[in-house]
Amino acid sequence: MRLIVNKIFLSLSVFSALIGLAFLAWILVTLFIKGLGSFHFGLFLNDLIDGGLRNLIVGQFILAGLASIIGIPLGMAAGIYIQEYGRGRYPSIIRDLSDIMMSAPSIVIGAFVYAVIVVPTGGTSGYAGAIALAIMMIPVVINTTDNMLSLVPKELREAGIALGASKYRVILDIVIKAAKVGIMTGILLAFARIIGETAPLLFTSETSNYFSLDLSESFPSLTVSIYDLANEPEESSRDLAWAASFILTVLVLIINLTGRFFTRHKD
Amino acid sequence: MPVMNIKNFSFTYPKVDHPSLKNITLPIMKDKITALIGPSGCGKSTLLRSMNRIHDVYPGNKYDGKIELLDLETGKMNNILEIKKENELIKLRQQVGMIFQKPTPFPMSIFENVAYGLKIAGLKNKTELADRVEQALKDGALWKEVHDRLGKSAMGLSGGQQQRLCIARAVAVKPEVLLFDEPTSALDPISTGAIEELLVELKKDVSIAIVTHNMQQASRISDYTAFMYLGDLIEYDKTETIFLNPKEKTTEDYITGRFG
Amino acid sequence: MEKIFQKLSLASATVVFVILLGIFLTLFSSSKLAIDEFGLDFITNPDWNKEIVIDAPISSENSIIDDDVVVDDNDDEIMDEDEMLFDEDNEDGITKTVYGGLVPIVGTLLTTLIALVFALPIAMGIAVFLAEIAPKNISHIVGIAIELLAAIPSIIFGMWGLYYFAPIIADLVGGYQVSLLTAGLVLGVMILPFMAAITRDSMNTTPGVLKESAYALGATKFEVIKDIIFPFSKTGIIGSIILALGRALGETMAVAFLIGSIFVLPTAINSPTISIPVAMANNFGEANGLGESALFYLALILFIISFGIISIAKFYFLKKAK
Repeated sequence: MRLIVNKIFLSLSVFSALIGLAFLAWILVTLFIKGLGSFHFGLFLNDLIDGGLRNLIVGQFILAGLASIIGIPLGMAAGIYIQEYGRGRYPSIIRDLSDIMMSAPSIVIGAFVYAVIVVPTGGTSGYAGAIALAIMMIPVVINTTDNMLSLVPKELREAGIALGASKYRVILDIVIKAAKVGIMTGILLAFARIIGETAPLLFTSETSNYFSLDLSESFPSLTVSIYDLANEPEESSRDLAWAASFILTVLVLIINLTGRFFTRHKD
Repeated sequence: MPVMNIKNFSFTYPKVDHPSLKNITLPIMKDKITALIGPSGCGKSTLLRSMNRIHDVYPGNKYDGKIELLDLETGKMNNILEIKKENELIKLRQQVGMIFQKPTPFPMSIFENVAYGLKIAGLKNKTELADRVEQALKDGALWKEVHDRLGKSAMGLSGGQQQRLCIARAVAVKPEVLLFDEPTSALDPISTGAIEELLVELKKDVSIAIVTHNMQQASRISDYTAFMYLGDLIEYDKTETIFLNPKEKTTEDYITGRFG
Repeated sequence: MEKIFQKLSLASATVVFVILLGIFLTLFSSSKLAIDEFGLDFITNPDWNKEIVIDAPISSENSIIDDDVVVDDNDDEIMDEDEMLFDEDNEDGITKTVYGGLVPIVGTLLTTLIALVFALPIAMGIAVFLAEIAPKNISHIVGIAIELLAAIPSIIFGMWGLYYFAPIIADLVGGYQVSLLTAGLVLGVMILPFMAAITRDSMNTTPGVLKESAYALGATKFEVIKDIIFPFSKTGIIGSIILALGRALGETMAVAFLIGSIFVLPTAINSPTISIPVAMANNFGEANGLGESALFYLALILFIISFGIISIAKFYFLKKAK
């Protein structure tokens, strides 16, 4: 009897795993079929105004890139502070606040940036969107830096000090180097996450039909445009939304998998 | 003659009431090997780590008494416990090096590892660096094994090789004193033997203090031995005397294996 | 140089603090208008952007309760005297626009609840599979697949959900394709990987010797999981559930596609309705003045709830040994 219960339970567990995989497969297959169906290389050559996705793809990368330029150094420096320099209770408070912010609603962050940047500057801008993405990125980078640094054995730091190195040299030359692979993976995963975000951009940078490098205005975004296109009545808009979804997902998964392969090939 | 003089030295860890070291007085003789032995918790590592003030990485320690280091240029003994400034602490550590129980190769190439101490001391000349690295690796009995792969990562070396790398790295900056904190307890017997031989060679140019829980090792390689127990220095003398003719009963009990 | 480095890293860490504080303060100040206007009634009022037109003009039949508030015969609040003076449109009536957050609040809570109920058993099953049943390499690969599911952007879930998942649910259950149910289910698929991963990690902290002792006594795998592993990792598992809940509360894009986006209280599980993030996403562009402030009020409520729930998860259940 116990064995029967055991078998049932284990089967259910395997079944759940299959359900999980099934959902993944279902979504990916859907994207492939609908996305490839509308896919053609003109998408990379034309901007949205001409039925292509070029400006949106470029725009999304620029937004995520700018967010990374802001978020990665800030996040790493804060992570270094928490793990290496902090004394007393302040570092753990910051760590806790950062953890909480990691799960905070992205739309609220968009609203925040709207209130403090879009309203005073009189309009939406790529800068506002990038800042919203940066705010989302920072806690993730802090978390990964903090965790990876904590894995470095303390003897390594002591060996550096024992040779006469000052603390910041030990951190830069030795500790960060030792944690390099883990931190890079974490950063890549963080980048993959923010490049797929929509909500923080909705009323900060919105989107644009035209190719633009001007961050002081509404800035083209792949994700926001998918939302707009999906809401339009025309069939062609819907098809374009699928093609865009396909490209977005492929991009996100590639970046994600690259990050993971990094850890495998470390040396 | 002594290269270091520890006088009435007491040490208390941060946020702790009782001192871990009580009123320790002993010399570290120049160009000789001094072993610190005793059961776990006796304070031998704590004492060793005071000699290069590595405790200061974790703030809040309390020092009492003096630890004097011989200044080779002036011939004077300076109390290293009085050093407050960061750059003087750095200078101290260039004079008093340390090798740890767990081999600690930096995540760099073999060459970069050995050159690290020299580079941060300001040595830039590539030829001189290469010469000093080669010399240090020879002093560390590692040159033969790695001379053709200096650019490879140090992480690829075996445990015994990594430890010798750490020794070469420490020796490269030409310190007065080298502190070894149980350097072979994480290694296999063959590597242990190689390192013990190395220490005996090294003492020609540098004074050595070694913490070991392996009494046979202490009696094999050291010239002087200090036996510690529960934070006190019980007995200090020539190694022969400690092992063959100890003056204190506690020492004798430890040597003969009655405890620890 | 050392000093500069130290100061910079401290400053960066403080930025986090400043941002969080800034969010709170900004939400408070931007919603002040709505808070002052509606107070806590906002939470229980189902009317959003409703113009309340009261026909009776001011007459001696209307009683004045206090200096600022005028009520008509039904004790419905009319505008105060100052507003009435500017009411040019209604010579014979007074209007007031009212915003109430009950519908989005209910929608947010219900979709999250549905997501939880749907995802919990599956996530636990996956965690058990990854931690205890699958051999190492399969566990590794399936684990990565589950994490890829987590990496898929929210808007993609919206697209797939709307065009492929929702029709099937509507066929099974009847009613609208866009509803509380479909939104909740897709939300469930989204939080599945997260819950599974944290639960698996918690389960993996069970010491091997504990498990081995049970097996040595002749226990079946199910019994070891039920009696040893689950009790041991209980706090971590509960923490993962609550944390997933916290995340689900804030989900926007997938829910926006699927919930229907109408400010109507759901009458059944397959009714269309709206949630806070979706209300914000849809209306922020056009809202002004009181309406915009009402949206910020919603944002504030959402932020407080999320913050509270995530903190509970973190501090009571997910204590990490450092």
